[in-house]
Amino acid sequence: MKAAVIVFPGSNCDRDAAVALEAATGRPPAMVWHGDAELPKSDLIVLPGGFSYGDYLRSGAMAAHSPVMHEVIKRAKAGTPVLGICNGFQVLTEARLLPGVLMRNASLKFICKDVHLRVERADTSFTGRYRKGEVVKFAIAHKDGSYFADDETLAHLEGEGCVAFRYCDPQGNVSGEANPNGSRNNIAGIYNETCTVLGLMPHPERLADPALFGTDGAKMFTGLVESLAA
Amino acid sequence: MKARITVTLKPGVLDPQGKAIEGALHALGFGSAGNVRQGKYIEVEVAEKDPAKARAEVERMCKELLANTIIENYAYELEAA
Repeated sequence: MKAAVIVFPGSNCDRDAAVALEAATGRPPAMVWHGDAELPKSDLIVLPGGFSYGDYLRSGAMAAHSPVMHEVIKRAKAGTPVLGICNGFQVLTEARLLPGVLMRNASLKFICKDVHLRVERADTSFTGRYRKGEVVKFAIAHKDGSYFADDETLAHLEGEGCVAFRYCDPQGNVSGEANPNGSRNNIAGIYNETCTVLGLMPHPERLADPALFGTDGAKMFTGLVESLAA
Repeated sequence: MKARITVTLKPGVLDPQGKAIEGALHALGFGSAGNVRQGKYIEVEVAEKDPAKARAEVERMCKELLANTIIENYAYELEAA
């Protein structure tokens, strides 16, 4: 499987993503600079975490209009799987590949900690190694992670099964206490309607190796390799 | 022409920053302060003399980048630069 990681000025999880991808695929991904208009043929495109363009104007707003994104949007619409992590999720919403927006955390604080997530569906190319309803541990590190969409959009997301992950407690209960940032319906990640684009605030690549005290995230990458190679 | 653009959160969209500012105003003794909402102010010089054309340009700038119309409204005034 050939993966590409898009690198924006201010990305800071691009290398972590590359390490996790290489561990799963056996080869390093292509690192593609935001200013490049060309993108190598890829089976998976990753938009990494960080603070692209210093989060100026709105998180992800500038990156969504960078030269390489025209090609990313084109590929995404043609069905190439795209994974946006943290700032990458913000970029995907600003690029309108995913609905809604990520707003300032309800606490107004930058939150950096491990959280539990409930896997809402296990039948997508991103979640083949998980079970539906499984509780996994990923890391979050963001200040603008409160998922917001209007009532109509939210109902559509819920009805179409586009919610990928929800914040929950270690037992899998989706509650207000387990919601770290004020996201509506405890949403931590969503799919587009074809489940080929996934955006999530938590970082699977940060808990993808025993040396990082967790490996739940690695299963997303190994699952992707298995489903995309099949 | 010069555009003076204000971007504000739509009514109903939670504004935790506005809430924090309101709390600080109350702490300073401004009991009269209520419903504080924070927005953005942006100035853009548009190399266009025709007001109608400048207006159309600014309109597109707001829609495509300056405001996220999912959560934000925008308004602007144009004046000769």
